[in-house]
This record gives sequence, C-alpha cells and structure tokens, in this order.
Amino acid sequence: MSNRKRVVVTGAGWVTPMGHDLESVWKRLCNGDTAVAPIERFNAASFPTTFANEVRDYDWRQFVDDPDRHGVIGAHAGFALGAARQAWTMAGLDGHTDLDPRRCGIYLASGEGVLDFNSYQHAITTSWDPEAGAINDSAWHDAAMQVIDGTYELAQEPNMPMAHLAREFKLRGPAANCLTACAASNQAIGEACDLLRRGDADVMISGGTHTMLHPLGITGFNRLTALSNRNDDIPHASRPFSRTRDGFVMGEGSGIIVLETFEHATARGANILGEVMGYGSTADAYRITDIHPEARGPCGAMRQALGDAGIDLNEAGDTPPVQYISAHGTGTQENDKIETRAVKLVFGDLAPRIPMTSIKSMMGHLICAAGAVEFITCLMIMRDGIIPPTINLDDPDPDLDLDYVPNTAREATVDVCLSNAFGFGGQNDTLVVRKLAES
Amino acid sequence: MSKRVGISGIGPVTAFGVGIDPLWSALLEGRSAIDTIKQFDASLFGCPYAAELDDDFKVRDWVPKHYRKAIKVMCRDIELAMAAAMAAVQDASLVTAAVDKDAEPTIAPERIGCQIGAGLICTDISEVGMAMITSCREDGSFDMDHWGREGMQRLTPLWLLKSLPNMLACHVTIAHDCRGPSNTITCWESSAALSLAESMRVIQRGAADACLSGGCESRQNPLAFHRQCEAGRLTAGTRDSANAVLPFHDDADGCVLGEGGGLLVVESLGHIEQRGGHLYAEIMGAGCTQTIDDWTSVGASAESIEDAIRLALAQAAIDPESIDAIIPFGSGIPAVDSAERDAMHAVFDERSADIPLVLLVPATGNCCSGHGSVQLAVAAKCIETGTLPPRQGDSVEGLHTGTPEATSMSLRNVLVLSVSYGGQNTAVILGGAS
Repeated sequence: MSNRKRVVVTGAGWVTPMGHDLESVWKRLCNGDTAVAPIERFNAASFPTTFANEVRDYDWRQFVDDPDRHGVIGAHAGFALGAARQAWTMAGLDGHTDLDPRRCGIYLASGEGVLDFNSYQHAITTSWDPEAGAINDSAWHDAAMQVIDGTYELAQEPNMPMAHLAREFKLRGPAANCLTACAASNQAIGEACDLLRRGDADVMISGGTHTMLHPLGITGFNRLTALSNRNDDIPHASRPFSRTRDGFVMGEGSGIIVLETFEHATARGANILGEVMGYGSTADAYRITDIHPEARGPCGAMRQALGDAGIDLNEAGDTPPVQYISAHGTGTQENDKIETRAVKLVFGDLAPRIPMTSIKSMMGHLICAAGAVEFITCLMIMRDGIIPPTINLDDPDPDLDLDYVPNTAREATVDVCLSNAFGFGGQNDTLVVRKLAES
Repeated sequence: MSKRVGISGIGPVTAFGVGIDPLWSALLEGRSAIDTIKQFDASLFGCPYAAELDDDFKVRDWVPKHYRKAIKVMCRDIELAMAAAMAAVQDASLVTAAVDKDAEPTIAPERIGCQIGAGLICTDISEVGMAMITSCREDGSFDMDHWGREGMQRLTPLWLLKSLPNMLACHVTIAHDCRGPSNTITCWESSAALSLAESMRVIQRGAADACLSGGCESRQNPLAFHRQCEAGRLTAGTRDSANAVLPFHDDADGCVLGEGGGLLVVESLGHIEQRGGHLYAEIMGAGCTQTIDDWTSVGASAESIEDAIRLALAQAAIDPESIDAIIPFGSGIPAVDSAERDAMHAVFDERSADIPLVLLVPATGNCCSGHGSVQLAVAAKCIETGTLPPRQGDSVEGLHTGTPEATSMSLRNVLVLSVSYGGQNTAVILGGAS
C-alpha cells in the first residue's frame, strides 16, 4: 500500500445533452438548466415515456485528426472521441512527443452501441412464422442479408470506442472496457487508478460513453417502469429526492478524463485538476431489481472508498471530511431513499451537513457515462467553489432529509468530494477525489 | 512484494459439458465438439459449424433450489455462467450460499469478488418477434405508434435484464452471495484473461480474499451468428467438422464459434493455505496491451501481442526460457494466427519451434468472451497433472503443435495468450506451485 503511486487528473472533457464542451455545460449546470425535451430521434409519441435528454448538433469528426481513419463508428464511439479530445487537449498532451505509447493505457466504460431498429424489425417481422410462433431462421437470414449492415453492427460492440480512442491517441498500454450499467464509469476510473497506482502505466484515459436512446432501450426501461412518465410536465420530470419522483430520465453522452501518476504529471508540468484518493467497489448480491433495504452495497462502497482515501470518520470530529457528495440520485423512489439512508449510515451526524446533489435532475441519466460526468462535475465544483443544484426539488420527500441544494446553486469551499454510482444489477462504485493545495 | 495469488478451483463450461472432467477427457482423447449447428437452422449462413452444448445441459442442475425462480430471466450466457460458478466453487471445495445457504460460508461474502467477462448479448429474436408482429400493419409495415402503445407490452417486464452483460455477474453474486468488487469486462476474446488479471489485482490490493473470475458467452443465435459471419472470422466450413479449424495452418480460413467459457476461483496463496484449499497454479504475471491500428475483425498486431508477453514475463520476473508450454488463441483466423506466431517468434526466437502449444479452438470452438477461461482452466490442469493433451489434426511446420499422444512433462510455467477483436491482447503466465 505504502508503495502505491499517487494518481491525479490532468484533463477532462464531455459530450452531453447540455453541450459538448466543459465550460458551457458547467455554466448551464450552475444555472440549474436542463436539456430535457420530447424525443426527436425516433417516434416515441405513444411510448409510456416520450422525452429524454438527447445530444444534439454533435459531430465527432470535428474532434479527430482524420475522420477517415475511423471509418464506420457507433454513436458511443463518436461521443467518446469528442470527450477524449477535450480531455487530452486540456491535459496538454496534443502533440506531446515524449509520451511512450506503451505506458499510456485506457480503461473505459462503454455501453453497447445502437442496434439499427429498422433493419432489426424488418428482418424479424418478415421472417415470422405464425404457425410455429417463432422466427423462420432461413427466412430471417435472407432478410438479414438484405437489410442488416454487418459493418455497422460490428461497430456497435462495447469495446469499439476504446479501440477508436487508442487509435486516435496512440494508447498501446493496459486496456479494458467494463460494462456494469450505471456504475460502469466509476468502476473504470477506479480500476484505471489501480493500474496507475501499481505502476503499470503512466497515463490512462478513463471514463464512460453510452446511449440507450433508441426504441429498444426506451422499451426496455419502460417495461421495467424505471423511467419517469411525466409526459405532461417534461421540464420537471427528473426530480430526484422529490416526493413525487417517478423514475429517471434518459440521457446519453460521454465523460472522459486523463489520469496520470502524480510524478508523471508534475515532471511534465501539467495542470492538476484533482487527486483521486479513494475507490470502493461492492456487489449488492441481493435481488435482481431491488437494492438491499439496509443499503449494504452502497454503504460498503462508500466506506471502502473513504478508507482507501485514508479518511477516518471517527477522527473527523465536527468537521465533515467530505464537503460534497455527488449522488447517484436517479429519481426513482427506491434509489433516492436507499442512497439517502446509506449516506446517513456512513456519515452519521455529519450527513445532513454535507451538500449532496444530483445533476441527473438537469442532464438526465447517462447510464455507463453517468459516473464520469458526475466525477468531472466534482472537479469543477472544487475549482470554482460552486455546487450546482438539484433542480425540480420544490416538493421534497419528507422522509429524505439531507441537504440536496434545492433548485439554486450555492457557493462553497469544497476540497474533498465523494461520488457515487450504483448499477442496475447490483454493482456499486464510489470515488473520492480531492483538490490539491497547489492546484 | 505483492501478495501472491493462485487458482484454487476451475469451472470450465464447454460443448463437452460442465466442469474440467469432460473437457479434459475429450482433450486427452483428441476429440472435437465441433459439429453441424443444431440450435437453429444455419443451413444458409456462411458457416455450418459450431461447438454447442447438447440438450443434456440444464441450468436447473447448477442453480440452487432457492434461486430457481430467477431462471426465467436468464439468457443462455447467464445460464453458462451459473453452471461455471457452481462447478468452480465445488472444485475449490468452497461453501457458498449456492452450495448450502444455511451453512457458514468458507469465505465471508464481503471478501469474495466476482469478475465475469461477457459479450454483447443478443435479444432472443423470436421473443421480440412475438411482440413485434402484433405491431405490423396489414401491408406488413411496422407501426411504431402501436408498438409504443401496445406492442411492447407483450414483452415481459424484466425483458431487458436478460440481455445486459452485467447480469452474468448479477446472478452469480446473488446466488453465491459474493459481495466484494464485481465487474463485467466486455473485450471479446480477451475478456476472461482481463478479468483474471483484475481479480489478481483486487486480491493484491486487499479488497477481497478470493474472486470468481472468467467469462462466458454463447453466440448461438441467428443475429449474433450472422454478425460473426459478416465479420469474416468464421471458416466457410468446406472441410469436415473435425478439420474445420486449422490454427497456424496454410489452409486455415477462419474459426468456429463455441458455447462456453468458465469461471476460476482466484485466491491469495495465503488464504488457500489457511483454509487447506488446493492450489492448481500460481498466477505469475499478466500483461495486457492495446493494438492501435490492426484491430479489425480479421486483424491483429504482432508487436502488441509481443508487448503483452514481455509485460507478463517482467511481472513474473522470469525469462522466456522458463516458459514450458503455450496455449495461444490459435483461432484459425489467418491474420490473427500470423500475428500470434510472429509475436511468439519475436519473444522466444528459435525456441518458438520447440515450445509445445496446446490448441483448443479445434476442440471447443472459439468461446469468445469465455474463451480465455477455457484456456486458463486447461493450463491449470496441465500444470497440476504434468500432462499436455495430444495434438488434434496435422502438425504445422515451424511450430510444435503437440504430439499424437499426450505428453507427460513437469511444467514450470505455461503462457496463455488472448487476442481480441477490437485489439486487446493479454498474456497470462501460470506457474507450477513452489
């Protein structure tokens, strides 16, 4: 443990429904803005949920040196390329010739890409055998050969974005992609840090990218009744910690950071945005769709991350050692209740004194990318001393009694942040990041 | 000095069956499980072959009674993972909640992690078709308005959960009550080896004492299979099934898919000793790299594979002379084989013609995200028994692809290679216990 290297963040970028660059999105978050609107990508007018936070007017080609090198790519890879370019540039690594590509790696959290619904649907419905009540495989094959584009399909694999990033930024070192639903990008960042701490790389790109904003994605979450159905009041649909919350609002996009060992970053004079202090990871191991009522998984992840960061709550006294919590805060009844309970169990009497917000109230839920954009938000909070609000919190749940910074941003000195991400399927991942005195 | 970590249980699942015994017997007898595809009518597809589990495989046999209700939301990949988990846990003589939910577990739930690689799971097109067909107009066109209003209601509420890659780990962690770090790595054929490397790191950093580690996948459905055909990775199947895959051979023209994978129990050596467990092999080192250009569906980079091997050797603190056998990916995809061969030659020089290789794809098919687990389980078994299975098919000039009969030899270290579509390369070195 004592030999482990310190890990710092030197670059950050995002492509989100609220914009495609760090500063303008940050400004909108501080203003309590939102990008939620009726879904335009496909006809969702009759779906139980008709709205989402879509990335609009985005072209990944503006962010790469030579778009032709990347060929056909999925939306997830396109988002990641834009976010990564911003992070790489911010870290001062564009044109940096001293980097050893073998010491630069990538640990990404990309979700699956987007299945071409029209061709998928066409192949299925034209090959349906009503008597058998099943697909006729030969007929399906004939239809698929006509309409399903193999090149497009292969570009949707979850490990494709990392391959494109490796190609763009010449990353030949340790490489992996994880897909643990909503927890994924916290997990990727945590595992990337572990590789750096061990000395397996000097620089790692990490974060997440995902879109489930397509007919089958919305169908799946609608069937699970996980999405808000507030179709008559779309701007206020994402309402974490509210009494009338009724589910999350879908978002999409990517958040990418550049992580480095402290010694590597300082040796090249990089600007340091924050130091990753702690990482905790657990599995609920409880039920497929429910979180353990005593929040054992989230509590475990937070306690591990705090312990990893060397924070002992028993020695904290009256001063919260963490000044901001980025909540997973999806806006589902269960998540917000159990996350609140978990924070109270972990922080005890200090819990109500730690501001905890959910930017999902503004940006929606970016699924595999959610943890990363929220982690980047933590960096911005520490930089500017402003905590963006949880919007739409005009009717608080009386049982949820923490400081959710309702509706209006707040100035605050924040030196240490804790960021939660809990996945559908039971994975829980928490990160602790601090501001460096000299940064 | 890092904590030493080893393998204390192996649970491969292949077309030969569940567990190491059916696989090992088949390998010693030189049998292949590759046959004409039975799970769907593949007569028109680009490749007629696969290695499929037979109808005797019933997931119920591997799911504890108290958890069987969940079977209805398990896709094939999840079923394979459930079987692999039970096989691995039993092989390691561990008591978990799935073995006996009323007994004291061998390891506290918080101290067992779970890293299970998975692929892009395809939805069951007949299940979706049942719903979609209700949203077609009389002229056959699709009515999205009807779908949103009524059609989608034909899908079971938990439909989405059948095809999320992290549901393999979700079900395994619930059934076995593993509450430590849990991850789902989705890097095609490198998924399982990357999971093993991560399990090792999780244990070394003190976050768990043991992990269920590996990967499982089945691409035996029309949509997933079609994608593979389109990718140009599969053999056209012009030879008989026993000779369908010819790794490193001049006549090679692609691989054959297999169902399966497996889970291994990865555990700190200290913990294995403390509980009186059995050590198959120590994980000496793991190297992983990314190919930056030639990562297409039929490509690979010798240089990046070589880098992975050298990283693993450095981590193991051994020289190439200490490698006694290699289990390469050996897929039969010509460009990937060529890159692997060049990488082995670069590291081992003239010895590359003499180090025995164990080729598994001709027997089990390419189990995709699970394939590394099959390789690692066989490597562990080779080390434990001091046996290398015989060669299947003809020898290959310039490589030692095995002998007609099984070979007995003391194995100090076995190198396992994975090369994925997408460019992730892994090299894992397993060492004989010392």
